[in-house]
Amino acid sequence: MAFLKADRLCKEFISDDGKISALSDISFEVEKGEIFGIIGLSGAGKSTLVRCINRLEEPTSGCVLFKDRSINGLSAKELRKERRKIGMIFQHFNLLMQRSVLDNVALPLEIAGAKRKEAREKAWEYLEAVGIPDKANAFPSQLSGGQKQRVAIARVLASDPELLLCDEATSALDPQTTRQILALLRDINKKYGITILIITHAMTVVQEICDRVAVLEGGRLMEMNTVKELFAHPRTKAAKRLLLIQEDDNEEKEAVL
Amino acid sequence: MIFDEKVMEMLLEGIRDTLFMVLVSTAAGYALGLPLGILLAVSGKDGIHPRPVLYRIFDIITNILRSVPFLILLILVIPLTRAIIGRSYGPEATIVPLTLAAAPFIGRMVESSLKEVDHGVIEAAQSMGATDGQIIVKVLLGEARISLLIGVTISMGTVLGYSAMAGVIGGGGLGDIAIRYGYYRYDTQIMIITVVILVALVQVLQFIGMRLAARVDKRKK
Repeated sequence: MAFLKADRLCKEFISDDGKISALSDISFEVEKGEIFGIIGLSGAGKSTLVRCINRLEEPTSGCVLFKDRSINGLSAKELRKERRKIGMIFQHFNLLMQRSVLDNVALPLEIAGAKRKEAREKAWEYLEAVGIPDKANAFPSQLSGGQKQRVAIARVLASDPELLLCDEATSALDPQTTRQILALLRDINKKYGITILIITHAMTVVQEICDRVAVLEGGRLMEMNTVKELFAHPRTKAAKRLLLIQEDDNEEKEAVL
Repeated sequence: MIFDEKVMEMLLEGIRDTLFMVLVSTAAGYALGLPLGILLAVSGKDGIHPRPVLYRIFDIITNILRSVPFLILLILVIPLTRAIIGRSYGPEATIVPLTLAAAPFIGRMVESSLKEVDHGVIEAAQSMGATDGQIIVKVLLGEARISLLIGVTISMGTVLGYSAMAGVIGGGGLGDIAIRYGYYRYDTQIMIITVVILVALVQVLQFIGMRLAARVDKRKK
């Protein structure tokens, strides 16, 4: 039994120029407790793929099984319930700008039916878990990118999820902050046993945190392996290309230093 | 001279009547226009619950109501006004056409405010399992509150302008005074004074609204 399974997912978009295939025949499995990465360049279909998992996007065909239950067959009401077990964090954090940090974290608790006051009290715990209880009364516009993503992580923890989807969660952050956020994700993976699915274009992210990784190119899954194996013996051109880009990046950084 | 006691009293009464009409009509306009605006924003093409047919119906109704000139609407709804208020003149009666003119205008203002809300934030709420109702209350209205507040200010200014027009059919308030004295009696001075007061009222409302909006906005540092 796989914890999460994508089964022959396809997604087509209809545009003025005809049909565009964003995802073709994507299948993979994620085990409980692991950190699974999906890497690809922009336009590879990563975001579409992760959004198909909690049905922010409806796949054209194929299905997603979460704990052996098809997400795609669920009614709107059942889907909402299931979504509480599948948290999501985003590249641009997507915090409510008119709510304080504490009230942002309280939001999923309110959505689940808690009273505002209870929700706020509980929200403190999660702010402490991500290390920024001192920012509780600040507003998102007063925070740095790294702090905003911590708030988003606290907010996602508040719904007590079993699976966490990260859509380019560190792409708007500098390298040092990225490392801190990844360390936090690894912590919550260990501490709360939350399975994590990470979408990224950066090999460094995969290398730093993932157990296994799948390479996506042109809407197709090219290669899937443990991170160690993929780095040591990339089999496909797509994987080699991504590794090469990373080497270039590293050389550039060294040159700058 | 024009500033005798009687004129002063009349002007003060005019200000009071105008404010009464504007405040009550704007409030009643929101009672109708806020749900309308929410419906338009939610059921529209990029809304959280697209319903093309429903949207089209309310879109057309809103457009029709908005395109009826206020002066015509004033006269058209006289039977309705009589049925509700009991007579067709005076400030209380003017509230009926003012509300009917304000509601579709307010509906559009609310629709455009809600459409400004960042789609990513709505998706975040959806990913938490929020219902459409929760998204409307907790995300859309909350995040758009500055824009909504500015909308209230603009709506009040518009309703104030309309209320002056109601003077033509004896609607009461400052517009009534301006038309009676300025137009029918050629008393230019009183007309100018009422116009100056109307302008001042719009300025004050605008000032209060903008200050309030700036104060509750949490986006600035």
